[in-house]
Amino acid sequence: MPRILSLQDAIADSVHDGDTVAMEGFTHLIPFAAGHEVIRQRRRDLTLIRMTPDLIYDQLIGMGCARKLVFSWGGNPGVGSLHRLRDAVEHGWPQPLELIEHSHAGMAHAYAAGAAGLPLAILRGYAGTDLPRVNPQIRFIDDPFSGERLAAIPPLRPDVTIIHAQRADRTGNVLLEGIIGVQKEAVLAAKRAIVTVEEIADDLRRPSPNSVVLPAWTVHAIVAAPGGARPSYAHGYYRRDNAFYTQWDAISRERETFLTWMRDNVLRIPSSPPPRARG
Amino acid sequence: MSDMGQPEPGTHTASEMMMVAAARALKDDDVCLVGIGAPSAACNLARLTHAPHLTLIYESGTIGSKPQVLPLSIGDPELCETALTTVSVPEMFAYWLQGGRITVGFLAAAQIDRFCNINTTVIGDYAAPKTRLPGGGGAPEIASCCQQVFVIVAHSPRAFVPTVDFVTSFGFGTGADHRRRLGLLTTGPSLVVTDLCLLRPHPHTKELQVTAMHPGVMREEITTRTGWPVQFAENLSQTPSPTDEELGVLRDLLRRSGLTRAGAP
Repeated sequence: MPRILSLQDAIADSVHDGDTVAMEGFTHLIPFAAGHEVIRQRRRDLTLIRMTPDLIYDQLIGMGCARKLVFSWGGNPGVGSLHRLRDAVEHGWPQPLELIEHSHAGMAHAYAAGAAGLPLAILRGYAGTDLPRVNPQIRFIDDPFSGERLAAIPPLRPDVTIIHAQRADRTGNVLLEGIIGVQKEAVLAAKRAIVTVEEIADDLRRPSPNSVVLPAWTVHAIVAAPGGARPSYAHGYYRRDNAFYTQWDAISRERETFLTWMRDNVLRIPSSPPPRARG
Repeated sequence: MSDMGQPEPGTHTASEMMMVAAARALKDDDVCLVGIGAPSAACNLARLTHAPHLTLIYESGTIGSKPQVLPLSIGDPELCETALTTVSVPEMFAYWLQGGRITVGFLAAAQIDRFCNINTTVIGDYAAPKTRLPGGGGAPEIASCCQQVFVIVAHSPRAFVPTVDFVTSFGFGTGADHRRRLGLLTTGPSLVVTDLCLLRPHPHTKELQVTAMHPGVMREEITTRTGWPVQFAENLSQTPSPTDEELGVLRDLLRRSGLTRAGAP
């Protein structure tokens, strides 16, 4: 059964230098508070996995936490580039970043294979693209039944997966709703899972018998982190702060403004969610 | 996405013409996987005008989204709240996209070449890029698994290049039967909509050729803004101007979306 921990203790306990870490959440329920705690604890040489790196990985990369990135789309959605990701790839600042690049379909299948305990993921994908040329993990096999040529890639098996969810009960069962992305697969594929939640409640308040619930025994640690997905959002709790996503473009464009923002809004503010956009 | 300022009454901008022309390509019974940005605007314009039953799917897992404002991201709350159902991302890519249930994939592009291959990964060399772009996301398999693909992209020599620096999404490769040789049974790109014209692949060579020009556009503009000696179809037509209804709905949609994004109620 999971332990209910503070954010500091959960990260200190489960995330180590050199670990392979997946923080998932497809636009929705992105675990920003947990990512910020990883930055505050100055983890190094992480292999970061995430379909859509988003602002949280821009921040982790810019603060020098990452050695490698496994991903499929690295932009600021609807706004433009992730400038810290680009600076690392184009100029090696603050350190070089190795890329393991996939498509969304590939990543989704690789997480599912990880959750299923399979040695590979198979999909109808990557045909004709240049991705197999730059990512040697993308291979092709012939289906023994039909002969169709299919893509094969290794499963994703993070040392630790971190997600944010709406609620947990006091036993540690977790409820997710809305855009649920790849979080269930990412948790089941991982050796350890940390779930930050908006609230820990007596009753999980499942909306339906078919609700997406992670049983307590699939989770390593539960952390109460209200607002922990800001500036992304938590369906039923708060909206996406699109204004902040837009402001991030200017904040992150230059190294100095980025470092100043991180110092003022992350490093100096223990375990609190990032501030809301002004204006 | 929208032009600065409002055009004179009774006129429209090139960008508006592009959105309207793209929207018109969608049919009422299409099931469309919507890329973010210009594709999303065009798809919702279609839904709010001639194609009210158009099913819009976003790769975040929302099926049947009916957003009142355009989403900033592919997973905005509006998409989930207005959807018929929301599935997980692995389910979206495995059952719905790979399963062949989507009739049209609607994509944008940073670079597009004469055989409709799309690059959204990198400008320059992959290992030492001049510009690192966001990457493929859902597009590589949208391009291969949807029954057909529409592309919307503003017409410039930077975008319309002879050969893309990186094939993120495969169109027709080196042309002719290249798709078939790779085992791809879907149609592939069938329409490219720009702010100047419509282009479609030649039936045999699969090279993109101009099949319709927007009102007021000269051939020379298209030629100078295309990075290869672009061909014009023999039966070249002219795109009908946007109707008052199309323009009104589009402008309302963009205005509402702008207000929402700025944080206004």
